[in-house]
Amino acid sequence: MGFLDISHVSKAYGSVQVLHEVDISVEEGEFIVLVGPSGCGKSTLMNMIAGLEPITTGDISIRGRLMNGVHPSKRNIAMVFQSYALYPNMTVAQNMTFGLEMHGVPKAERDRLLADVARLLQIDHLLERKPGHLSGGQRQRVAMGRALVRNPDVFLFDEPLSNLDAKLRVDMRTEIKKLHQKLGTTIVYVTHDQIEALTLSTRIAVMNKGYIQQLGTPKEIYDTPANLFVATFMGSPAMNILPATIKVRDGVAFAEIADAQGRLQSLQFSQKNLASWDGKEILLGIRPEAITDIDGADRKSQNIQRFSNVVTVIEPAGSDTFVTMTVSGRDVVARMRADASVAARDRFEFAVNMDKAVVFDPKTEARIPG
Amino acid sequence: MSVASQDTAVKTGSIAKVFIYLILVLFALFYLLPLYVMLTNSLKPLSEITGGDMMSLPKAWTIEAWLSAWSTAQVGVSPTGLRPYFINSILMVVPAVAISTVLGALNGYILTKWRFRGDTLLFGLMLFACFIPFQIVLIPMARILGILGIAGSTQGLVLVHVVYGIGFSTLYFRNYYASFPTELVRAAMIDGAGFFRIFWRIMLPVSGPIAVVTIIWQFTNIWNDFLFGASFAGLSAMPMTVALNNLVNSSTGVREYNVHFAGAIMAALPTLLVYIVAGRFFVRGLMAGSVKG
Repeated sequence: MGFLDISHVSKAYGSVQVLHEVDISVEEGEFIVLVGPSGCGKSTLMNMIAGLEPITTGDISIRGRLMNGVHPSKRNIAMVFQSYALYPNMTVAQNMTFGLEMHGVPKAERDRLLADVARLLQIDHLLERKPGHLSGGQRQRVAMGRALVRNPDVFLFDEPLSNLDAKLRVDMRTEIKKLHQKLGTTIVYVTHDQIEALTLSTRIAVMNKGYIQQLGTPKEIYDTPANLFVATFMGSPAMNILPATIKVRDGVAFAEIADAQGRLQSLQFSQKNLASWDGKEILLGIRPEAITDIDGADRKSQNIQRFSNVVTVIEPAGSDTFVTMTVSGRDVVARMRADASVAARDRFEFAVNMDKAVVFDPKTEARIPG
Repeated sequence: MSVASQDTAVKTGSIAKVFIYLILVLFALFYLLPLYVMLTNSLKPLSEITGGDMMSLPKAWTIEAWLSAWSTAQVGVSPTGLRPYFINSILMVVPAVAISTVLGALNGYILTKWRFRGDTLLFGLMLFACFIPFQIVLIPMARILGILGIAGSTQGLVLVHVVYGIGFSTLYFRNYYASFPTELVRAAMIDGAGFFRIFWRIMLPVSGPIAVVTIIWQFTNIWNDFLFGASFAGLSAMPMTVALNNLVNSSTGVREYNVHFAGAIMAALPTLLVYIVAGRFFVRGLMAGSVKG
């Protein structure tokens, strides 16, 4: 029994099923991120936690109290909306204390809580302004402040950063993480941005088409994605997925892939349990940073395989250089050190860290566990 | 904005400009002509009008015609002037405008923020009120007023105008609230505000522009209505428009054109006043800054 329990929750609009049997148990103080493409059901799930949408089947409980059918204001939750949803006719102070006022908190107490939160978020000087006179970042802070003064059991963030420009988004992301570390509150956070998910969360629920594809720590999600969807959705640039044939020689499995000229080369797997796949097609998943030049290869890796191929394009990105090549008919991206000496159209010797390689069953698209 | 558009606008020649303004002034004068005739003739003694000179300014200025139209002129059978009917109209138009506007705002709030099955259909049906000609409902309405026991009274007229006005006021408020971010309502729900509290504290304070539009529209229509007033008002509840007609058509003695002109201006003044006063509060951009960055 967790702090926030979502058990067997489904949602249907008429005959359209938008969420299927979702199970998440959140511990107190966790930062859970629901991530997925638009239409995956993540916002619907959040609205059901908030009580803004009825639950079709299943139970949601907070602190062991069943929340089905409980009014949003009686769940002791607070929500930060994508558009901030600040009341345009009220000042910042009124915006932040409106909820307290509605809950009958006396004026003196309200002012004290307001002052505390305003100091914490450094918005003391904005309290008498109207939302229309604030910048995007300030509005964001006020929206968080409005949630904080309530001191709720669970914070719900619905894509709170997606209306900010790129620079501010990164700053506020750090801000939110700091806030979570300082206050230790339980947060459920919805986003479609996988970077936000990886940086902020203690655990991630990757969702697609109304199903939870994988629930795990950022490291689990990134290193051992449960299926092809999670593998390609999380990480930027996306994980390289290429068809390969498994060859077993002397009990050791190799992946046979073709370089740009169609020459077959073998990469030895670190994974041991692939003997039964001898001669079969699989999908090989390799993160861009697991393909490097020889000198840049991860020194801790037990299994660096060499692979020679013709370079198609080089994209220097300041800190890294992205190198594109063709493998088994697909474009593959390698992420190298900025000073790696690579030239386009040359043949180059790549180092592939097979400790980080994952294998997918092409039929079920699920990862073959190692 | 204005600077840029001035810089980039195609230069209009000064001769063309003079020509344009000349035409505009001529048109303005032409449209003002009836008002001029009404005003000047209402301030003349009757003899000057019957003398045949409608267009000239009064030789002897007098407000006699105004006083007469207000308190002593023959309206129908009694020499009361227009005053009691003016009061009737006020007693009818104020509650009718207030009630239809508030109900329209509530309807718009419900139809956009508390959606339910069939709400679009219901809204569509309410819109029929905007298209049904008045004449069709005369007889059924008379029957209903009779059943309710408010036939011939001011309350009866208020009811008629509220029923007819809800269609328009709902249309206005619904379309206005449709662009009002639903997230604000959800935020207020989480904050613990109920149905009416959200309406009162969140929705109404930003409804200024549309409320003004609705009030101007409703006031003009209800004040100027003749058909319902003539059909449903008894002698005691007769509104200004009907009384004005009776004043002009009273057949005893000579036709006092100066009094008629004064009465007609009186009947038109309140709507003018509403435009001037309410128009000032028609401020846009109240919604700016509620959402987005």
